[in-house]
Amino acid sequence: MTGKVGRRLSRSLLHIVIISICLMWTLPSFGLLANSFRSRRDIVATGWWMALKTPFAFTVENYMDVLTGQSHYGEEKAPDKSRSILGDIITGQGIGRAFLNSLIISIPSTLIPVVIASFAAYALAWMRFPGRDLLLIIVVGLLVVPLQMTLIPILRLYKGLHLAGTFLGVWLAHTAYGLPYAIYLLRNFFKALPQDLFESASLDGASQFVVFYRIVVPLSIPSIASLAIFQFLWVWNDLLVALIYLGGTRDVAPLTMHISSMMSSLGENWHLLPAGAFISMMLPLIIFSILQPYFVRGILAGSLKG
Amino acid sequence: MAKVVIENLSKYFDRVEAVKNFELEIDDKEFVVLVGPSGCGKSTTLRCVAGLEEMTAGEIHIGDQMVNDLPPRDRNIAMVFQDYALYPHMSVYQNMAFGLKLRKYAKAEINQRVREAAEILGIEELLNRKPRELSGGQRQRVAVGRAIVRKPSVFLFDEPLSNLDAKLRVQMRAELSKLHQQLQTTIIYVTHDQVEAMTMGTKIVIMKDGEIQQVGTPMEVYEYPVNLFVGGFIGSPAMNFIPAKIISKDSELSVDAGSFELVIPSEKEQYLQGKINEEVIFGIRPEDMQDKSFAEKSIQGGSIQAVVEVVEPLGSEVQLFVISGEHSLVARVDPRTQARLSEGIKLVLNMDKIHIFEKEPPHFRVKTEERP
Repeated sequence: MTGKVGRRLSRSLLHIVIISICLMWTLPSFGLLANSFRSRRDIVATGWWMALKTPFAFTVENYMDVLTGQSHYGEEKAPDKSRSILGDIITGQGIGRAFLNSLIISIPSTLIPVVIASFAAYALAWMRFPGRDLLLIIVVGLLVVPLQMTLIPILRLYKGLHLAGTFLGVWLAHTAYGLPYAIYLLRNFFKALPQDLFESASLDGASQFVVFYRIVVPLSIPSIASLAIFQFLWVWNDLLVALIYLGGTRDVAPLTMHISSMMSSLGENWHLLPAGAFISMMLPLIIFSILQPYFVRGILAGSLKG
Repeated sequence: MAKVVIENLSKYFDRVEAVKNFELEIDDKEFVVLVGPSGCGKSTTLRCVAGLEEMTAGEIHIGDQMVNDLPPRDRNIAMVFQDYALYPHMSVYQNMAFGLKLRKYAKAEINQRVREAAEILGIEELLNRKPRELSGGQRQRVAVGRAIVRKPSVFLFDEPLSNLDAKLRVQMRAELSKLHQQLQTTIIYVTHDQVEAMTMGTKIVIMKDGEIQQVGTPMEVYEYPVNLFVGGFIGSPAMNFIPAKIISKDSELSVDAGSFELVIPSEKEQYLQGKINEEVIFGIRPEDMQDKSFAEKSIQGGSIQAVVEVVEPLGSEVQLFVISGEHSLVARVDPRTQARLSEGIKLVLNMDKIHIFEKEPPHFRVKTEERP
């Protein structure tokens, strides 16, 4: 009886702790969200929590401004009927171009390293060849090299190869920066697969490549997916690498660059940052919630005893 | 459907010798069981035959072919693993069909073979399930099915029953024996369980420390173990071993174990003349020690006095742990026995079934009978 009560008590205590941690963690984002819907005057004058006071005075102007690149403040100008909002978003000063650039950078910069890392991780985990362990140690060692150290030498190399300012250059850079961690992570996941499976497959007549794409990849979807999400988030949120290798021109600048330049080029416009941040967060949020089921599914269950 | 010949197989892991000079000829359709304590090299031997392990020295022939340099997939073998090693993301059907698909069999042929195997194993209704939805016994069947569909010339089993509960194990044992009858294929089976070896094998290979101790039929290794290790390993409960001396007294030979002396039957005397006054190890199996009151009259042997320490009734018989002098012994006696804890009991030893082992390692058994 007392045991039951005690267990229930410790459970609710656990829940309280978890919920408070979650709340603390979400609070800044929530504040950002609240601010993104407030007018410039309010943002400058009071803290975000004042937004919760009635009467509510929410506005979507910040979002409109960020999306279209127009400023609605200052002068009272008559709405320009000849221009559509959608047109502004996609062309001109709008965020559309930056969004598209971000996608152009992020998708290959995620796919290329994940594919290469899968192959490499399989080889490092399950193929026998001389120097394998040394190679693994080198890869792990690369994890500690600070990215900043490589910026200048690689940029000089890119200049020579005419890769500076091209998307290809950024893809290659992100691939190289992502690979050590990706290989290391996947190699550990692959190595954890039971050896029996590989032996059984080789008796069944499977070549290394068949083992890789018929057995290892399907069984590692959760780990590959989580790696892909990490890499995507890293690239999507990256400012430094893009700034260095792409330069700041409008036609190649990704979202991060666009948002940061919004403030400096428009001077006082930092009130647009909350809205900009939320727009740039949309895609990662959507992707995460789509792939989320893969994280929880224990796909290995049932292969072996237990 | 092939003979397997293993010649002089050795396998080192770095400096450690896992298997030493392993020599074995396995006839077509034989059910050979490699048995021994863990670490004796039995699994390594099997994995060398499968090609999963490179051997350090020796040759392996399957059928007419030397397979040393063939990869596992070209050896025409199928293996069942201890942990089943089913592909978790494939259905039972796909698991069984995988090997055939990779070998580019026609769809109809694959379908027919899978259904055939499923029928033999009674798993037809499971074909669309995933391994995680199966019980341990069912997974075991699927693993066997995956081996069957390939119709290999040799089946390799690596401790396939050790993850099953006791009851299921007994059942699967019988099923595998039946399967062997049905398939008429050579089987090499590895286990640490001597009961599995005894019940299923047509030939048993007992290994220890990487070396073969004895090869023989189950009854051969049971009745005539070559040395102390085999005598103690085969049979449950294990054979009793008593340090003793062969003595000659009144023109008869006896075993002198200190607390008791037992007369050796006259037909064994001729084999033991050379051992007179030598220290030996006297071995007797638990079932060859009977409660005197219920022993068959035909048993010729001496009796000893002992004190009962533990009584374990098993229904059909009673297992007694007794102490006689300085020796602890186990006897399997008639269930009618009146043995009580801490009380004395008179046990009769069937002296026709005694084993005499040399005192010096490797404790060879001294021949004491004409063998059929």
